[in-house]
Amino acid sequence: MTDELIQHNIKLPDGSIEKTTTTLNLGPTHPATHGVFQNILEVDGERIVSSEQTVGYIHRAFEKIAERRSLYQITPLTDRLNYCSSPINNMGWHLTCEKLLGIKTPKRVDYMRIIIMELARIADHLICNSIMVVDAGGLTPFTYLMEYRELIYEIYEEICGSRLTTTIGRIGGFERNFSDTAWKKIEKFLNEYPKALREFENLATRNRVFMERCIGAGAISAERALSYGFTGPNLRAAGVDYDVRVHTPYSSYEDFEFKIPVGTTGDVYDRYLVRNKEMWESIEIIKQAYQKIQDFKGEEAEVYHADAPDYYLPKKADVYTKMEALIYHFKIVMGETEMPAGEVYNCVEGANGELGFYLISDGGRTPYRLHFRRPCFIYYQSFSELTKGAMISDAVLVMSSLNLIAGEMDA
Amino acid sequence: MTNESIQEKIIAKFGDKVFNFSEPYGFLTFETPADNNIALLQFLFDDADLKFRFLTDVTVVHYPNDKGRELAVVYHLHNLVDNVRLRFKCFLDIQTPDIDTATVLFESANWQEREAYDFFGVNFVNHPNLKRIMNVEEMDYFPLRKEYPLEDQSRTDKDDEMFGRGGSYN
Repeated sequence: MTDELIQHNIKLPDGSIEKTTTTLNLGPTHPATHGVFQNILEVDGERIVSSEQTVGYIHRAFEKIAERRSLYQITPLTDRLNYCSSPINNMGWHLTCEKLLGIKTPKRVDYMRIIIMELARIADHLICNSIMVVDAGGLTPFTYLMEYRELIYEIYEEICGSRLTTTIGRIGGFERNFSDTAWKKIEKFLNEYPKALREFENLATRNRVFMERCIGAGAISAERALSYGFTGPNLRAAGVDYDVRVHTPYSSYEDFEFKIPVGTTGDVYDRYLVRNKEMWESIEIIKQAYQKIQDFKGEEAEVYHADAPDYYLPKKADVYTKMEALIYHFKIVMGETEMPAGEVYNCVEGANGELGFYLISDGGRTPYRLHFRRPCFIYYQSFSELTKGAMISDAVLVMSSLNLIAGEMDA
Repeated sequence: MTNESIQEKIIAKFGDKVFNFSEPYGFLTFETPADNNIALLQFLFDDADLKFRFLTDVTVVHYPNDKGRELAVVYHLHNLVDNVRLRFKCFLDIQTPDIDTATVLFESANWQEREAYDFFGVNFVNHPNLKRIMNVEEMDYFPLRKEYPLEDQSRTDKDDEMFGRGGSYN
């Protein structure tokens, strides 16, 4: 295959030992990689003959660090996996802990989590898609959507105090109820975002140049995608309707009505379309969750955490006045609670696919072993196959359509 | 398809080569000898009912006190059609950590096995490109093994006793 691709654009004298192909580094710090990872491309003219990927530039040994952290201290580590949608990682981790500890969360907490997770999914997809259009040469559509990522970050900020690495929520629920400002911002988002998204679609989706660049580029069949361990929007673009939210519902996703958009060819354009459609579905999910929360009455309408005194920090006022609260506060903060022994695999539908947490506890205060199944680390291996024989400009688009996030790849 | 029926099918095929069945949190888990891993993966892949054709995850766990079975290679498989999952483990002696590669069946095993090699030193036989992936290639140890403590060795306030384990791993 390789030999066929070499077109011998460069005419060398007979017997020359010079290479007919050129080695080109796409990364580690290249504007097109949007993160720190390297593609070593072997190119003949503008066609890619072969390529090799290097990852690990921002490896931070989270799995090792987690072996000496109590459960609540691991949440900030999960922020730094896919940092475009940290809340999903946080919730995924909290759900894993709750599964191990047998904590049952109230419905209202589940719905609040779903609002946050779907906002995070929208934030992730809107960045991926609008940057994809930028990589194809259109800067304007990006400016229509970026404003709303800011609004989403303001919502996070209102709920937990931080914007990018959120550490949002706690094991068992949230540290405080959503404020009125947070609800107002969520309403504002629900009112305004659909218009912006429609405008974005009008600008980009049927744009001739964008379509020519995307259609057919980086296509993968469903069978190959499954073999490569694709999950999430990239797998659905290839036509497989696997979505963790539907297959293994967590956080009460079974109470919601939504569709799983799928593509047919698995190319860059389908990945773009699937992500766009998913944003529309996410908006619907948030609307439903918002309504369900409004429907709670009486005491139920104030619940924002489960009753899990061993892991959920007591109220500060109680810590100062009550013995038990003080003890729990101390034990939690110092990480002195022994957890049950067991092994759990729990996964959530991250913005890039199945984000899994494999947690083994030996009954100590910290995990014995914690492994993150990072979707984009697993599917990035397909990059060589996706770009073989393609142009360099296609490689750039394939990269942005896969939504490769260095933090998630390197863990 | 229930965990029991899957277990029966696997036992019918492999007999005493599959053992230690359990269901932690409803997740079918069992063990198989390291030299049986590909045969088992192939059977789970090919069988018309089982159809475990999606490799969710490959990882390794280190149990330094379990002599002769120090490293556990853990495979998570998923049948996407019926939406059932299972995991199985192959225990290896740390002196001869050899196991056949799953890349013959799953492309996704490639990097995951490289990662397992990088951090635990498991030698995946016949792997197309078994070299370090996260760490620098000059590194001469396997950092996620338990003998490499996370904390500074001069500190005494952070030994394993403080983490509820009483004594260190060694």
